[in-house]
Amino acid sequence: MTYADKCKRGPVRADIVNHRAKNRVSYTLDSTLESVNKAEGKAFEIAAGNGFDEDEQHHIAMAVREAAVNAVLHGNAYDPRKKVIVVYEMTGDALVITITDQGKGLDPQCISDPLAPENLMKQSGRGIFLIRAFMDEVKIRKLDPGTEITLIKHVGREAANAKEETK
Amino acid sequence: MTMKANNRQVGGVTIVDLSGRITLGEGSVVLRDTIRDLATKGKTKILLNLGNVTYIDSSGIGELVSAFTTVRNQGGELKLLNLTKKVHDLLQITKLYTVFDIKDDEAAAVQAFN
Repeated sequence: MTYADKCKRGPVRADIVNHRAKNRVSYTLDSTLESVNKAEGKAFEIAAGNGFDEDEQHHIAMAVREAAVNAVLHGNAYDPRKKVIVVYEMTGDALVITITDQGKGLDPQCISDPLAPENLMKQSGRGIFLIRAFMDEVKIRKLDPGTEITLIKHVGREAANAKEETK
Repeated sequence: MTMKANNRQVGGVTIVDLSGRITLGEGSVVLRDTIRDLATKGKTKILLNLGNVTYIDSSGIGELVSAFTTVRNQGGELKLLNLTKKVHDLLQITKLYTVFDIKDDEAAAVQAFN
C-alpha cells in the first residue's frame, strides 16, 4: 500500500487537510494539545506505512510530538487565532516533516544544552535535544513571524548505524 | 491511554503504580498532583513504578525531575522501579539515568529506603 493510499483511509477530518498529493500531505491545526496528538499520531501512521522499523516509528512520532508541543505551547502560546501547519512528505528513502507556527519565533542560537550540569535538573528544555537525538537531520528557521522546523529521517538508517556500532 | 496513579504502602514506603502516558497535559498533571499530595501528607519515601508507563515525552521527563526535586527538598527519597526499554533509553539519552536511583525489583527497592 502506498503512502497516498494509506492517507486516503486515514481518520483525519477533511476540514483540516489543506493539501494532499502523491507522497505529500499537509494539515492546518489549531493551537491545542489535541493537535499535538493528531500530529504525533499521523507521523506514527506514515512512518509505519513507509518501511520504518518499530524504533524508528517511535522516534519519528516522538520528535513530531516535541516539535508540535513547541509550536502550540511556546510558539503560538495556545492562541486560537494562530495555526500550526504540519507537512509530511516521502522523498526517496526519507520522510521529511515540516512544522510551522505563527508565534514570536525561536532563535536556534538561544537553545541551551540540557546535558550541561547547570541544566540537568531543570524541568524543561529537552524538546529540541530529543528531536535532534531521534532524527537524522533537523533544521530550524526563524520566520517573520513564526518558526519552521524541518525533521528528516531516512528509512533503515538507525538499524544500519546500530550494526556499524557493534562491529 | 489516560494516565493513572494508584498508591499503596509497603513497609513505610509509598509505591505509586503509574500506567499510561506521562505527557504534556493530563499525564504530567496527574503525576504532579500525586507527588504533591504525598509530600503534603509527609509521605516522602516514594517508589514510582513505571512498569506500565507506555510513553513519556520531554514534559513527562521534566515532571519526573520535578518530583525528584520536590521529594528531596522535603528530606525524602524518590526512586524509580521497572523502567520499560523506551523510558530507560530516554533517561540515558538525557543523562538522568545516573541522577535517579533505578530499581528492577520491588522488594529490594523497598529495602533500599531503609
